[in-house]
Amino acid sequence: MKIKKNIALSESGFVFDPSTGDSFTTNPIGLEIITMLKEGKSRGEIKSAITKKYNVDGATFEKDSYDFINMLDKHNLTESYEKEKN
Amino acid sequence: MSTKKLQYERPIIQRLNTGVMNKFGTKTEYKPVTHIDGNSVKELLAKYGSPLFVISEQTIRDTYQSANRAFKNRYPKVQFAWSYKTNYMNAVCNVFHQLGSWAEVVSGFEYHKALQNGVPGSKIIFNGPDKSEEDLTLAIKNDSLLHIDHLDELYMIMEIANNSKKRPRVAIRVNMDTGIYPMWDRFGFNYENGQAWDAINKIMLNDKMDLVGLHSHIGTFMLAPSAYGIAAAKLSDLAMAVKKKFKKNIQYIDMGGGFASKNTLKGSYLQGVDTSPTFDQFAEAITTSILNAGFTETELPLLILETGRALIDDAGYLLGSVISNKRLADGRRATIMDFGVNILFTSFWYDHKISPAQEFGQHTEDSVLYGPLCMNIDVIRENITLPPLMRNDNVVVHSVGAYNMTQWMQFIALRPAIVLIDTNETAHLIRNRETLNSIQSDEVMPKYLKTFKL
Ligand SMILES: Cc1ncc(COP(=O)(O)O)c(C=O)c1O
Repeated sequence: MKIKKNIALSESGFVFDPSTGDSFTTNPIGLEIITMLKEGKSRGEIKSAITKKYNVDGATFEKDSYDFINMLDKHNLTESYEKEKN
Repeated sequence: MSTKKLQYERPIIQRLNTGVMNKFGTKTEYKPVTHIDGNSVKELLAKYGSPLFVISEQTIRDTYQSANRAFKNRYPKVQFAWSYKTNYMNAVCNVFHQLGSWAEVVSGFEYHKALQNGVPGSKIIFNGPDKSEEDLTLAIKNDSLLHIDHLDELYMIMEIANNSKKRPRVAIRVNMDTGIYPMWDRFGFNYENGQAWDAINKIMLNDKMDLVGLHSHIGTFMLAPSAYGIAAAKLSDLAMAVKKKFKKNIQYIDMGGGFASKNTLKGSYLQGVDTSPTFDQFAEAITTSILNAGFTETELPLLILETGRALIDDAGYLLGSVISNKRLADGRRATIMDFGVNILFTSFWYDHKISPAQEFGQHTEDSVLYGPLCMNIDVIRENITLPPLMRNDNVVVHSVGAYNMTQWMQFIALRPAIVLIDTNETAHLIRNRETLNSIQSDEVMPKYLKTFKL
């Protein structure tokens, strides 16, 4: 899973995709996840970072982040599978 | 020593649609409601279980006083009668009776409830099309006010009166065109086609009963005060005609219920709080019509009001918990709550305001709220904007005081407890959470079905 490289993020959680002109808001945890994805962190690394910092168990976070990343995909914020494979 | 971890919130991302009207509700919905009249939502749920109905006595009293003031400031003789069907928890009824309300009932069951609560028979208004001979006989004995719905009932009362020493005190229910569609013409006698006047004549010419009042209930969740102005004018007109023809004064005019509460009707873009008329507007329309009808000051009839939902809706809350979050196939967020249309019947009519019961960040997401029933119709809100709720988070549904605690269904689950918070902010359990036994105690098992082998 890779986030599009040109996605712009602001500290307040504003997300802008220059390739489509779409903008989004995300909450602080969402912002941390997108930032880590941009840095190329793996899902496992993200999970351990978040569960260390916040009062959430691994199973809950895994479920939530799975859903969140699916939404990133749905909003076209990720590199598509095809591109990833090639 | 371990450092304290930060409060977790589900990650969410939401597309921004600049310039598009947000159809998912207003900002105010997201404000957390952590307490009701000084009682912590979480503690109430911990003590009484989830879901839980909570009723604020202070809100009932404040609402009643504002309605009462609106009418009493404009008219000398006003009497409220609590519409039992709207919420007949005995504790709720008795708050209204303490405030001075009579009882308005529509069935033998409700009639007995009012008697058991201690309402004198003469202060019970008996409405509705289904009064049995037994009900009528008792109500006549108790000197209650019988509001006649149809001719069969009138003839039954005549028959009972013939064999009784008591003179029944009766009124007729009148239906009419008030400019509102649909017109409720199935209850009572029609004004425009002369049925009402015919029924009045039948009663006046019978020497065994007294016509003491005229009644109408033009509809429910009425948003037009002018319709009440028309109804009050038509009832006053009938009262004046009785005076002219029979030289008798009608003692009261009963305008029924129907004032809209502050809820938002489903599919309406405008919030109920902004569109529902005030008690002052309804009072102005009604009292102006009666005061202008030509009664002398001493003949002015008592004005009775059977206001239901507008007096109790805001005082009721439903507290509940999140069972699960889901993603629907089309990408929409769905949240499953532990209460559904079984106990929140009014979600068929209203987009209930729903607040989270805990603090959260400023980010929100659009969601569908489902109940726990295994049925497709079990939708609490088709779309609502809420902060990212997690399993076991709590919500507060607002303005659920009317009709839910009487029309709720016992379907696949037990009905929740009800708590009344008194004016000193003390919570009182007024109805226990149901048990398997409360549902099964009336079942009877034929002997031959008692055992089986599998
Ligand atoms: C005869 C009568 N009176 C009063 C009411 C209370 O109406 P509402 O809750 O709309 O005020 C009803 C409700 O349908 C009714 O049928």
